[in-house]
Formats: sequence, structure tokens, C-alpha cells
Amino acid sequence: MMKSKPDEEDYWNSSKFKAFTFDDEDDEFSRLKESKQAVNSIRRLVEEDDDEDDVEKVSWSGEPVGSISWSVRETAASNQRTDREPAFPKINADTPTVSRSHSGYSLSSLFKGKTKTGSFQFSDSLSDSSVRLYAPELRKPKSEYKDYVSDWSPEETVHRMQQGKAVSLEKFRSLQDKLLLLDFSISAHDGNVITAVLIYLKRTLSKEVLFRELESRQTALRHFIHYLTETRDQRLLLELLRALGRTEDIALLQYKEHLSIADENKRRDFLKSCLSLPFSPEDSAHVQDHYTLLERQIIIEATDRQAERGGKVEIFQKFPRRASILNMPLITTLYYCCFYHYTESEGTYSSPLNVRQTFRISEKQFFVTALAARAKLKAWVDVDALFTSRNWLGFTRKKSPLGFHRVVDILQKNSAPTQVLQEYVGLVDDAELRISLAQKHKCHDIIINTYRDLKDRQQLLGYRGKVERGSVEERKINELLDNPQIRWKN
Amino acid sequence: MAAHLSYGRVNLNILREAARKELREFLDKCSGSKAIVWDEYLTGPFGLIAQYSLLKEHEVEKMFTLKSGRLPSADVKNIIFFVRPRLELMDIIAENVFSEDKLHSSREFHILFVPRRSMLCEQRLKEYFEFHTSYRFVAECYLENDQTSLYHTAKGLMTLQALYGTIPQIYGKGECARHVANMMLRMKREFAGSQNQILPVFDTLLLLDRNVDLLTPLATQLTYEGLIDEIYGINNGYVKLPPEKFAQKKQGEASKDLPTEPKKLQLNSAEELYAEIRDKNFNAVGAALSKKAKIISAAFEERHNAKTVGEIKQFVSQLPHMQAARSSLANHTSIAELIKDITTSEAFFDNLTVEQEFMTGVDTDKVNTYIEDCIAQKDPLIKILRLVCMQSVCNNGLKQKVFDYYKREILQTYGYEHILTLNNLEKGGLLKPQTSSRNNYPTIRKTLKLWMEDANEQNPNDISYVYSGYAPLSIRLTQVLARPGWRSIEEVLKMLPGPHFEERQQLPAGLHKKRQQGENRTTLVFFLGGVTYAEIAALRFLSQMEDSGMEYIIATTKLINGTTWIKSLMDRPECQTP
Repeated sequence: MMKSKPDEEDYWNSSKFKAFTFDDEDDEFSRLKESKQAVNSIRRLVEEDDDEDDVEKVSWSGEPVGSISWSVRETAASNQRTDREPAFPKINADTPTVSRSHSGYSLSSLFKGKTKTGSFQFSDSLSDSSVRLYAPELRKPKSEYKDYVSDWSPEETVHRMQQGKAVSLEKFRSLQDKLLLLDFSISAHDGNVITAVLIYLKRTLSKEVLFRELESRQTALRHFIHYLTETRDQRLLLELLRALGRTEDIALLQYKEHLSIADENKRRDFLKSCLSLPFSPEDSAHVQDHYTLLERQIIIEATDRQAERGGKVEIFQKFPRRASILNMPLITTLYYCCFYHYTESEGTYSSPLNVRQTFRISEKQFFVTALAARAKLKAWVDVDALFTSRNWLGFTRKKSPLGFHRVVDILQKNSAPTQVLQEYVGLVDDAELRISLAQKHKCHDIIINTYRDLKDRQQLLGYRGKVERGSVEERKINELLDNPQIRWKN
Repeated sequence: MAAHLSYGRVNLNILREAARKELREFLDKCSGSKAIVWDEYLTGPFGLIAQYSLLKEHEVEKMFTLKSGRLPSADVKNIIFFVRPRLELMDIIAENVFSEDKLHSSREFHILFVPRRSMLCEQRLKEYFEFHTSYRFVAECYLENDQTSLYHTAKGLMTLQALYGTIPQIYGKGECARHVANMMLRMKREFAGSQNQILPVFDTLLLLDRNVDLLTPLATQLTYEGLIDEIYGINNGYVKLPPEKFAQKKQGEASKDLPTEPKKLQLNSAEELYAEIRDKNFNAVGAALSKKAKIISAAFEERHNAKTVGEIKQFVSQLPHMQAARSSLANHTSIAELIKDITTSEAFFDNLTVEQEFMTGVDTDKVNTYIEDCIAQKDPLIKILRLVCMQSVCNNGLKQKVFDYYKREILQTYGYEHILTLNNLEKGGLLKPQTSSRNNYPTIRKTLKLWMEDANEQNPNDISYVYSGYAPLSIRLTQVLARPGWRSIEEVLKMLPGPHFEERQQLPAGLHKKRQQGENRTTLVFFLGGVTYAEIAALRFLSQMEDSGMEYIIATTKLINGTTWIKSLMDRPECQTP
């Protein structure tokens, strides 16, 4: 159909032009112009458009509508595309999983090789048939010369699919044929082809038969699981795993679902329903903990939110909560409880001791968390109490499940004052470490005492140069240096 | 209608139809919506074979003309460039792609060269897209077992052989390597009948499955390039750095605001200085930089000696080169400073110490206090996983008690949903409970000399310099293959996962290389599942060793480091809070 020149202009400037952007939201004039310009320059393409109406009647759900003449020519050209069944390349377009073959010339598959030994990568597409027209002719496999034969064996069909050519799988009707097709695709190792065949089998075989056959074909089975995972066909995937008796996988897969549930109560209920799933014994305990934790968080959150709003509880006024405790990890929850509910008796859900007991938190973890929380609040008395234990004589002494240098570290991160730090720096066992920490935190006394204990006169002399003149520290050093009772080692 | 084509003596419509078919197939291969960016010159020729409706039918939603700068916005999955193979167009494409990259990470770019592809253009593009990074491979092969990437690797290797001649010897180690080799041999049978008449460029192909050497990527790389990647991440040959150290201090405006945008730098061997230092151990970079600085200042000093007009002219002609060298030096000095701040930190040192303890087999069967402390202070989960996996690999699996302990600590601290991630790591073989009581890692370490006490960082004499002591297992395998051969390490090969094999491909008579005395042999080493920059450095080092007699060419499915690798195995890593 030929149109006169003005018609053309009208055509492009009329509202039908929209058909070329297909994006109603994009109304930026310049961009339209951009698109238009490009399109205009190939208007010759449109001059010979078979039917102007085609432009509008394309359904974007995939099937071309109203382009009968097109599809007729299409079929004549060689593809045996039937009406209902998309041929292979079509499948390719419909399923995101199979499309990962970067055919054509994918930029991302380039990489460089410049240096002498350099490295280089090649595009996997050089031998793709589509590119071949433009690319230097590579030798073609024998099978390619059979393009115009229509009755391909399963083996030939697989070959054609590997070359990215259109094929119809419909004619493989018997189970035997289908399995042959599958086996040839497996031995070709091409994931795309295997997946394409599996999609066909999934549609045309009963689940029982398909699952049974997959069981003896591990490669195909893995691809099928991958395909179902990618397409989020949860239901079929679970059925498959069940049929295979892969119980732990089922359990984990189902458990994973909780991540997509936003409402905390629904999530809790879902986790509860997970408890009966066939996890491994260890995982089972973890999932139980997960459920218990969320259940508890919901209770604590409700109570605390109310307390905060009520405005009567001092701690919430002084340190307003920055975020809800829901879905936080266990240790974060413990920290929260140590921060807001430290003194509660062991009977409450939010009592740190109760949390510790319920979740079997290790002594070290509990200690670190409590220490950080109390230090944050500058509750130095609580901090002190954490270390205090009485021996059988009733004397108190400081004990810690983690090295005192780590304690100092945590306190320092929570901006503890020097007097507090000093106390713990002094408890560091290793003299060298103690000195370096003391220097870092300017705990003069500790340094001086340590040098004294080491009987290191030289170091002490050196340190005198570093403290302020006329200060208490200087005087102390001088006294020590003058003390005749000390037997200096140097 | 193009009816006129059908009536001539030769039915040109058939030709047209064939071309249309090719075009359609090409479009269908880029599944999903697309926008075409046209080299304007090509719209004419394409008008001869296709109408827009045809493009539209294949989900072409937008069309633009190719021009420099940013691509117009288009909500499509694929951007396809239809271009002539011209270098200047490649520059524009690169510009387009880079400006797009950040916004749509899932977008795919394709190029269709018309009428043919050109090695030259590819070379130019390669300069821009130095490395291709996508993290899917391991996930595909070890978690979901989709072998598509293996198939494309095999296909790529076939193409390579079509262009560079049949590779007479193929060696391999690992499950995936075996698969790829099988596919290649099958594809070769397809071609039976027609012989490749190209004189082979490569003597040997070595296929290495990442699964064989799980340890190397977990270790912190200590080469200059490796550290840049570890700390800042190199993406497609670019790195983004904190801007502070790059602030230009001009006289008189010392207190000018610091830039806040990250500094983006391109890293490749086109830059002379970078080529020189990229593979060095970081501890040798400082010396190299100061040597370079002396050379450059000496060159600038030359101006005082230029007396005659001719001399001055010559000096001036060298200025641009000198300026470039100076700014290159300034950049790398800044980068080195940034890295040094980190490598001299206590945290880095402690982490490295633990790594080295594991690699030398110290206390790998106990709960490690450092890891425990890191968990307690909520260090990034990936760091924890990297260390725990390393301990597991170096102990051939963790003792059940240790395994359970770590697992619980991790779940309690980072959230129970990480059961899924831990499960993935277990499936990938990186983190597992010990099944046999025998730990064969010490044997592997000793036989392959994976730990060298006296690694020389300044003037290396062994590949172990890239990890300051640890010689990457993958590269040792490569080295031993060349000399004395894998037969000498048969026992160790059996301990490593997957089969090892050797295949020979017959060459047509007359294509057998007649090697000159002292001529190097060439091996193509293909890493299936990724390779680290440090491993590449080690291989380049082997190539450069005078007595190695072997030239190595490296190919891979992607570049990885411990962090990106672990991330690829995590369940929903995007949900991680750092």
C-alpha cells in the first residue's frame, strides 16, 4: 500500500505516533522527538507496510493479532510455527529462565586482553546462526544444511534448538519420543534446550509420569528445579520435592516463604506452621527459636509502645526507641532488653535473663551485649556488677569471660570516661598490651605502675618526658625513680 | 509490498526473506522488550528488508539514533545497538552504556554489527569493558545446576578454535571442566569432515573448575589490583574511590570544600604505570611509585638543560606525555595511600593473621576466638562467612561441634533467616561438617607447596607473593601441569573434588608446529566459575618467569573476590544490612 507524502507526515505526527513509544508515561517532548527522529529516518520501512492497521492491532501479550498476512509469509518462509504453540524462539521470549543465553552480541561478555600475557574472553555468540550472516563465515555443521527438511528426529530437533532455530515439539507425542527428546537434550548439555524441552514435557505429561522420569535423570531434574524456582512455581516445586522425598529441601523452601510475609502476626503464625516441617534436627531447633523470638517480640513491642506513648516510663522518655524491635535478630533483641528492661525479674518475657535462658545464649555473647547496653546508658554501676564475682572467702574480684582488652574496647566505643576505662585497662593481663592500651587511653597511672612492676627504669625515664611538667604524674615518676628500694633492671 | 523483487530473473525476495528471518531470530534472542539504537547510516539499508511493524512484533518498543551522551529513557529490558563496525561508534556506545549502567542494572545491551563484526571494534570495546562481572555462575552450577553457562563456554571455545586453530591438548580438573570438555568434543564431531586448516596458536587448554580450589578466593588478595578490588570493588574496569585524597589543592584556596562525589577511575594496562604495578604485592608498590616519581621529576628537570631551540622544541613535544604520567602517578599515589590506611589498620592485620593461621593449618579444628569476637561485635556477615568458610575448607570440613557453634552464633546475631544462606554454602561445599575423620588439607598443602615461609614480596621468585605466603592452589596446578606434569601429583589430584583428565585433538597433517629452539609454548587457562585478580597476577608472573617456557592466556566466566563470591551464594544478599 502506497501513501502520498503528506499522508506520511500526518501519520507520524498524528496520535498514532504513540504506537511507537508504547509508553504513555513518557511524555518528555525531547525524548519523543528523539524517538521520532529515528523512526522517521526509516519511514521507508513504513511506506511498504502491508497494512496500516497492523500498527494498532498488535497485542502486546505476545501473540500477533491481525497480522495474518505476516504469519502466513512467516510460515512459508520456513518456520513451522503453529497457531497456538509458540515455537522455540518464542518460548525463549516468554520464559525468563531460558533467556539467559546472551545471544547476539552482548556487551557484557567482552573483556580485555592487552598485556603481553593478557586475558581475553570471547563472546559466546560468534557462532550463533543469526550473527553468522554478518560474521565471517565459520564452518557450519552438517546438520545445518538440512534446514528445509521438516520431519526432524528428536536428535535433529535438539541440534536445531541448540542453533537457536525454530522447531516444533508438538509432533513428539508418544512418551517414548518425548523421553528421547529429553535424553538428547541432556547429552547436548545445553541448559536452554533442556529447559525448553522440560517446559514442553511439563505441559504435556502428567506430573506423576514427569516426576518419575526425572528421578532417573539428575541433570534434567536439576534444570527443572531451577526452572520452577526461577518462575516461582512454588506449588509444583513442592510437589516435585515431595515426590522425590527431599524433605529437608521442602522444609527450607517453605520456611523461606516467611520472608515475603510483611504482617508480623501472619508471619508468626506462618512460622508456627513451619515447626512441623521435616527440618534436620539442628535446623528444627533454630526454626523453633525463630518462632519463639518473633512471638516474644510481638508481645514486647505492644507493651513497650504503649509504655512509650503513656509517657510515664522514664527510660522511654529519656531514650526514645528508634525502631521497632520486630524481626530483629536475637542478639539485637537481647541488647534492647538489656537497655530497656535490665532490672526485670526473670519471669517476664522481656527480662534479659529470661531471654538468655530461653535461647541458650552463650555466656560470652550475653556478657558482651549486656556490657554494651549498660555502657551506652552510662550505667557504670551495672557495668561494674557484671564483672564482680565473689570467691569462697567473700572477697570480690573482677572476672570476665572475654579478655579485658575487649572490654576496654567496648567501653571506649560507648565513650566511657577515662576513670572507668582506667579500671579495666589495669586488669589486662598482658603487660605489653596493657601499656599500649593505657597509652591509647591516656591512663598514666597504669603505665607508670606497669613500668615500675617491670622494673624498667629506662622506659619510665622516657615516659617522664611525655607527661606534663609539674603534674601529679611527673611527681610520681620522680618519686619512683628516687626510690632506693626498687631494683631496676636497667 | 516488495513484489517487484519477485519478478526478476533471480527471485531476490528469497534473499530478502532470508535476511528478514535472520533479523527476526536475532530480535527474538534478546527476549523481552527492546529499544533499538540506530547508527543513522543503517536505517536506509534496513528499510530494504523490514518494516517497523516487524520490529514491533518482536517487542521493539522504542527507537533512537545513536549519539553521544546519555541514552534517552526507555523502560525496556534490552538495548540493541545496530551499528557499522566503526571505531568512533564504539566510543559512543561505550559512553551510552556507562551512563546507563547505574540506573538499570538488569538491563542487557547487545550490539549487532552490520555488515560484519570487526576485531578492531571489539578490541576498542574491550578497552572500555575491561572485565565482565556477573555473579551468577557459581550459583548456577552449584546451587541450581543450570549448565547453560557451561554450554556457552564450550561454544565460545569452539569459536576460538575456529579462529585460532584446534588446540591439540586439553587438560581439565573438576566436574564442570569435564562437562565443557565433553561438549567440545561432541561439537567437534559435528564438524567432522571439514578440517580446520589454521595453524594452532595454543598448544594446551587447561580447564579449571572453581570448585577444585575453593580456598583461594576466600583469602584476601595482596596484590595492588587485588586489594583495590577487595576494598573498593572493580567493576567493568572502573573503580569508585572516596574523593578526599583526590582533592586538588590549588594555591590560595586551601580551605575549599572537599568533593563529595566518589572519584571514578578507569583501570587498565593502557595506563603505563598501572600496567607496571597492578600485579605487584602491595608492599612493593610504594617503592615502585617513588622510583617513578624520581624519573618523572628528572624528566621535568630536563627543561633546564634545553638550551637550543631544537632542544626546547623536543622538550615541549614530550610535555603531554609527561603530564599524563604525572597525573597517573598522582592518582596511584592517592589510591596507594587509601589502601595503606586500611592495610596498616589493626583490623586488617588481625583478619590477615587468622587467614594465614588457617592456611598454614593452625588450630583449624577449634572455635576461633577472633571469629567469635567479630560476631560479637557484629562485623559484616560476609566477613564472618568468609573466615568460617576458609576454616572449613582448610580443615576439610569443620568438626560437628565447631560447625554447630558457629551456626548458632551466626543465626542468633544476624537473624535466623540466614539458615538459608548457610544451607547454600553447605551445598556449595564451602561450609560443611566434617564427614571423614581424615583432614587431607595438610597433605595437599605440603605436596603442592601452598605455603611458602619466605615469600619475597619485593622481588618475587614464586607465585606465593600474591598472597604474601600462600600460593594459589589453582595456579600451582597450572604450574605443575607445565612441569613436571600432573602425573607427579596424582595422589593430590584424587583428593581434590571432581575428575581430572587429558584429551588430545588430532591435528591435520602439516599443521603440527615446528617449534624453534627456545620458543615458548602457549597455554590457555580457562577458569570456570571465576578467577581473582591475584590469581591472574600469579599467572602473568609465571609467564614472565624466564625459565618457565610457557606463555599463559587467561579466560574466565567472570572476575571474583571473596566478598562477591560469598554474596553470589547468599540467599537474598540484597536484603543484608551491612
